[in-house]
Amino acid sequence: MALIETRGLTAAYGDFQALFGVDIAVGTGETIAIIGANGAGKTTLMRSISGVIANEPASILYRNEPIGGLPAPDILARGIAMVPEGRKLFPSLSVEENLLIGRYGRTVDGPWTLDSIFGLFPILKERRSNPSTALSGGQQQMVAIGRALMSNPDVLLCDEISLGLAPVVVRDIYAAFPRIRETGASIVIVEQDIAQALKVADRVYCMMEGRVTLSGRADDLSRDDIHKAYFGTDHHELA
Amino acid sequence: MTMAIPSFTVETRTRASTFSAIAVIALLLLAFAAPFIVSRGVIQDLFFILTMLVLAQNWNLLAGYAGLISVGQQAFVGFGAYTMFGAVILFGVDPVVAILIAGAFAVALAIPTAFFTFRLYGPYFAIGTWVVAEVARLLLAQWKALGGGTGTSLPRDATRDMMGVGFMRDLFGMKTSEAGDALTYWLALILVIATIGFIYGLLRSKQGLGLAAVRDNEQAARAVGVDAMRMKTFVYLATAFMTGLAGALIYVQKARISPDAAFSVTDWTAYVIFIVVIGGIGTIEGPILGVIIFFLLQNLLADYGSWYLLMLGLLGIAVMLFAPRGLWGLFSDRTSIQLFPVRRVLKGGPLNLTHKGGPHG
Amino acid sequence: MNWLDTILQGVLLGGLYALFAAGLSLVFGIMRLVNLAHGDLIVLAAFLILVLATTLGINPFVAAVIAMPLMFAIGWALQYFLLNRTLGKDILPPLLVTFGLSIVIQNGLLESFSADSRRVFAGRLESASVNLGPVTAGIMPLMTFFSAVAVIVCLNQLIYRTSVGRAFRATSDDPVTAGLMGIRPQRIFAMATGLAMVVVTIAALYLGTRANFDPTSGPSRLIYAFEAVIIGGLGSLWGTLAGGIILGVAQTVGAAMNPEWQILAGHLAFLAVLLFKPRGLFPRAVD
Ligand SMILES: Nc1ncnc2c1ncn2[C@@H]1O[C@H](COP(=O)(O)OP(=O)(O)O)[C@@H](O)[C@H]1O
Ligand SMILES: [Mg+2]
Repeated sequence: MALIETRGLTAAYGDFQALFGVDIAVGTGETIAIIGANGAGKTTLMRSISGVIANEPASILYRNEPIGGLPAPDILARGIAMVPEGRKLFPSLSVEENLLIGRYGRTVDGPWTLDSIFGLFPILKERRSNPSTALSGGQQQMVAIGRALMSNPDVLLCDEISLGLAPVVVRDIYAAFPRIRETGASIVIVEQDIAQALKVADRVYCMMEGRVTLSGRADDLSRDDIHKAYFGTDHHELA
Repeated sequence: MTMAIPSFTVETRTRASTFSAIAVIALLLLAFAAPFIVSRGVIQDLFFILTMLVLAQNWNLLAGYAGLISVGQQAFVGFGAYTMFGAVILFGVDPVVAILIAGAFAVALAIPTAFFTFRLYGPYFAIGTWVVAEVARLLLAQWKALGGGTGTSLPRDATRDMMGVGFMRDLFGMKTSEAGDALTYWLALILVIATIGFIYGLLRSKQGLGLAAVRDNEQAARAVGVDAMRMKTFVYLATAFMTGLAGALIYVQKARISPDAAFSVTDWTAYVIFIVVIGGIGTIEGPILGVIIFFLLQNLLADYGSWYLLMLGLLGIAVMLFAPRGLWGLFSDRTSIQLFPVRRVLKGGPLNLTHKGGPHG
Repeated sequence: MNWLDTILQGVLLGGLYALFAAGLSLVFGIMRLVNLAHGDLIVLAAFLILVLATTLGINPFVAAVIAMPLMFAIGWALQYFLLNRTLGKDILPPLLVTFGLSIVIQNGLLESFSADSRRVFAGRLESASVNLGPVTAGIMPLMTFFSAVAVIVCLNQLIYRTSVGRAFRATSDDPVTAGLMGIRPQRIFAMATGLAMVVVTIAALYLGTRANFDPTSGPSRLIYAFEAVIIGGLGSLWGTLAGGIILGVAQTVGAAMNPEWQILAGHLAFLAVLLFKPRGLFPRAVD
């Protein structure tokens, strides 16, 4: 049984429809990746699941319960936490406070505490009382991930955590993911970097123009299929 | 060579507006003839309605179009009125001329006021304008030649010998007091026409388009080259001028002034805000409808004193919450009637985000 | 004229203005809302204390303690059910709704209590004073001032040291992301306004005991509060206290020169600050 499932999920910004019947499923303990070009609707999908955007209640199921109509705090309370696109740290809060605020709405016991987050990303301990704005991009991304983990979620949604970061920094951040997986959490990773996505994920969904155009096990998908699903054409070589 | 202009002109005229143009002309002729038709009491009521309408149109231009929410417009009513009193009492100027001087002085006050208050962020601008009005009130209360804190009256012969009064007395056989009321009424009527004409013209002009852009998105407007600050300053000074004229005119008719009355936030700002909000902010028709409703309510409920104001406050809140474009907005949404079509017809409208994560209900 | 005494009285008066201003500052800091009915709510709280003190025959300080939760509830409900609906990008709805509210409160009080001036009696404390060398200070003004300091210390502790305070700041930064942390901005706003009303109750206690008030006293309290906030610079409660003190000293010095100039001198000090330091004397580094 899937932990999270979307069924014919649609979403719109005013008159502009961004999702046209998206079906995805995430199993317990599974890591999936969602790939797709800019504007494909990946962030909209994440915002829908996390409750930032309201949807048809039955179009998103969590443990078989319709949650599409719930606001973000209710979604978090059920155990779904999000690392939003662009990190979105709170500039008025220090690094430590940014982490602590992650457990404002959900304080369940679990592997993640301030100390274990500092264990995961030791640099954050050194900079714990700095304002979050004083950190480098990679460190900020660590805070954003740590902040989401503080609620000990069953599902972690990560929207483009490698955006704008140097490759070595991206590698450092992804190095933390095996430890997160070990806790039994399901992970949804939104990535534009296809190679990175295929490396961490069990399964991959590819999106284009608000629809899922391809899905499958990461090791089963061919470069050509992905290329077609990603760009909607097979005339160009994948970079 | 003449060339047919292709159909790219933005349409602002509607069929209702052609019809209403004819109706408006008929109405104006009737309005000018009113002093010969109706009693003096009615003329005084009409004078009140017209002057409140001028104040309301000006506040609407400020808040509804320029995004400048002032709760200090009483500064210009009071300052205009005091300027007029000063010119008449201290310099023997004719009250009608003094009204024009008052308009100029109101602008002179508006320049430093804008200089100070434009430094304040949106909501604080509102209170800033109020402080300036208070300063003006307190300073004028120190002016002993005009009665200090208790105020003073216009000398009787100043209004009796006012420009035009003698002429009307001879021509129409009016009594002096009647002629005085008719004169102030006509001046108020002219001021209303001029105010609405000015605002209508402004909104239909290129500047008006810039103003709408500034209101909707100041940064975007700046990006396309609209100088928001200049637009706002211009509107602020223009409304100060017209508000000052109205203030002086009101006090020519009242003939008695005191700082507390002339700078009353209730009389010259609260009522005016309710007129605009209830009628419909951001439309020219709104204040017209609003002032009529306001007048009817006042006559119906004036005996109830503070209950009346309390109710007006509740009504204003309710309208703001449930019909933010006022009664005229409700009406014109149902009927698509616009008497003063300034809104360019452009279907679609801004993106309406179905956010629920933001401040959530 | 004793300058030292004048200035001391001004400083102590500044404590009262800081109390007026702290609630306004708090609410503005968290939701960028300027409540034009703030002054009227202070007067409402003063009437509440008066009614409690007279009908129950209790000390006004006890009455204020009883009034605090009531005012918290009023503020909470006001924000949750009314003002939250007005929040958004457009500043017009909240301003006009709170302006309407100001008229409603004033006239509601006029109907209930008439236009007569009232006063809350604090017994012997009113006339008590202490000798501070060359000057004497009334016990009540001293208590006002130290209450202002205490209120600011408590608010700062709350904002910078507690989990609710973190939620306040996070919501102020970004309500959508705060929602992802499980914070319900609507409730945070309601709590902030409730808290502001507790501070308003403390302000009302000292307003009512040190001078007469009537149902129309609200708007000038709003103006003093606003001037203290702007003089101090947005975003800092200590700045607000400094702003209150500057306003208070300007007023007492003005009054010492000519009793009619008291209020005017305060306004002129405000305009002078606006002229030379448009962002206030102690602005927060960046916003
Ligand atoms: N707040 C918004 N308002 C209007 N349109 C939006 C908004 N956010 C995203 N969109 C549009 O929705 C589509 C999907 O965007 P998004 O979900 O952000 O894509 P992705 O994350 O895959 O890059 C895009 O066409 C984008 O322009
Ligand atoms: Mg995206």
